[in-house]
Amino acid sequence: MSEVSGVGGVSGVGGVSGVDGASRAPSLDELTAVAGAVPDPELPVVTLADLGVLRAVRRGAEGRVEVELTPTYVGCPAVEVMREDIRAALAGRGVADAVVTTVLSPPWSTDDISADGRRKLADAGIAPPRAGARGPVFVELGRAAPAPESRPVPCPRCGADETTLLSRFAGAACMALRRCEACREPFHHVKER
Amino acid sequence: MSAPEHAPGGAPWATAALALGDDALILSHRLAEWAGNAPVLEEEVALANLALDLLGQARALLSLVGDEDALAFTRGPEAFTHVRLVELPRGDFAHTVVRQLCVATWQELLYERLATGASPLAPIAAAALPETAYHRDHAVTWTLRLGDGTAESHARTRAAAEALWPYTGELFDPVEGLDEVDLGALERRWRARVSDVLTRATVPVPGGARLPGSGRAGEHTPHLAALLDEMQSLHRAHPAASW
Repeated sequence: MSEVSGVGGVSGVGGVSGVDGASRAPSLDELTAVAGAVPDPELPVVTLADLGVLRAVRRGAEGRVEVELTPTYVGCPAVEVMREDIRAALAGRGVADAVVTTVLSPPWSTDDISADGRRKLADAGIAPPRAGARGPVFVELGRAAPAPESRPVPCPRCGADETTLLSRFAGAACMALRRCEACREPFHHVKER
Repeated sequence: MSAPEHAPGGAPWATAALALGDDALILSHRLAEWAGNAPVLEEEVALANLALDLLGQARALLSLVGDEDALAFTRGPEAFTHVRLVELPRGDFAHTVVRQLCVATWQELLYERLATGASPLAPIAAAALPETAYHRDHAVTWTLRLGDGTAESHARTRAAAEALWPYTGELFDPVEGLDEVDLGALERRWRARVSDVLTRATVPVPGGARLPGSGRAGEHTPHLAALLDEMQSLHRAHPAASW
């Protein structure tokens, strides 16, 4: 049996001081907070906990700290950086040999991004994914009139609902590029999945 | 990865993982060739993203079978089991778009089915499924725009569909480990979806028979050797190199 710390309820644990005892081993909750506070390598305004990619932190065989991470996209190149950043952050708390594994099941969804994470994305000018939405809205071109998107993606800068898809793929696999028709600013949108 | 180092000897799903992993790897390489060559910057970024998604799928699938790098970089052409459709040269942009339409539509239908199964492929298929939906969306949009566009874009899209169509039959060849998938039903759904898009794009749905042979059996066009020559050159020159 291994002690497991779920990561769902600890995103509010921000003040991990760990200075109340010189040799006290950090608790799993503290380590979970440390790993969860690692910024996303591609979107450093959000943490791994905000993003919902940290699945579990536990003590495995011989007390070794094991971390489970899920990629946003199967081929997300940031995963290897995340792994090293988590190991470095835990090493900073005296955990030198943490093992970070990648799990695919259940698949990550944009609904795993916390409310805090959505707010931080919007504050950074990145439109957060629409909650509960899934996959692309198939756009009809050709002779048929373009189908209106069922739910608007509001501009993260001015809040206007009138925004246009410029490209389904942008600087990161998880983003689309849009433009606001009110303030004319282009912006990134985290694609729902 | 949580995947085993080596699949249990001769597990049927390992054959399927290798075939689908090779499909993703080789198509990823063809799409990556557009970097620096795409018609517009947004499209270059889009094609690179598609390539990246497919490379991720390839890595996960090949890791089920063995060492991903050894499988990608040390096999000869006859040991690859991807469909020949994905190894054909990228051609013009219309060729790339029509191939994406064919492959993404097929992958989405297949992954949908595999995601509900019990094999080790299921979690990979489930995680990749949302990506394939975006790939299909991208291909559908461009097929409609090019097919129902200018006389030039229409002619190129039609030529691409006719050139690629004889290779699409291989997508539905039986593969050991995919026994749970009704390939006949998959082909009917695929044909309906692709035909619908081509028709809306004013591109006639090609007829005609499939080409003899199959990439699933290790039979490939000479294009594969040239592709591998480039893809494997760095590994040959620096066998133990890492980033």
